[in-house]
Amino acid sequence: MKIKPKIGVVSCSGECCGLGTISRVATRLALEGSDETVTICLPLFLAGEEQEHSFAKEHPTIAVDGCGKHCAYKAIAKYSKEPAAGIDVEALLKEWGVEAPKGRRTLEGDGLKAAHRIAELLVVKIEEIQEVA
Amino acid sequence: MKKPILVIPCSGIGKSFGSISRDATFRVCDELRPGKADTLCLSLLVMGDEEARRRVAGSTCIAVDGCTMECSGNNVERSGGKVAAHFRVMDILRENRGLRPRDVTFLDADGEKLSKILAEKITAKVDELWEAQP
Repeated sequence: MKIKPKIGVVSCSGECCGLGTISRVATRLALEGSDETVTICLPLFLAGEEQEHSFAKEHPTIAVDGCGKHCAYKAIAKYSKEPAAGIDVEALLKEWGVEAPKGRRTLEGDGLKAAHRIAELLVVKIEEIQEVA
Repeated sequence: MKKPILVIPCSGIGKSFGSISRDATFRVCDELRPGKADTLCLSLLVMGDEEARRRVAGSTCIAVDGCTMECSGNNVERSGGKVAAHFRVMDILRENRGLRPRDVTFLDADGEKLSKILAEKITAKVDELWEAQP
């Protein structure tokens, strides 16, 4: 029996705009029902110590960032190791021709669809990394 | 000239409490007191972004934390900001023992109720701090 390795997913959850809401919702959707993926709050990861940083050092971790500042990616690279993959929500929306959501509290319409689409992409990346690992 | 009060939630992603902190903050900043209250990315602040640090240092801040790690309150202070008020979702939960939020991705009915209660408390504090500004 092949044991799949645990994968970490760290999302930015940026409060400045709806892109952070998409990154957060997509991450949660990808993690729901999966025993092989775990997440950690980015502020806790950033402010944390060895315990918080050790998971991303020992396991492949994916960064999900809302905007081009790439806080999640940079944080994982700085405190643990280079992320196994990175998702840039703003770049994907631009590529797909989807407008950034106006609201931050709730996602509706195209914003919600984009979150589901990114979650699917995230699941594919998780499976790819598990295969390689 | 008065400056918007900065409301900074932890936005924790592992439990519903972080989602409630975030939801309540957006209720205040976008719906209840737009213009009087604003927020910024906590992660950007913790990353040491100069603009975020400048805003925090020059504003009256309200921290909203979901769990006992208190990432928002601690990091606002570490970044040179002064926490004028600190709200904890756990306290709101203790005051409303009948409510049991479970969902994290999208708040369930109890999570929504707690978010509204918390948002009302934050709004009252925003008004108080706004009036206190010269």
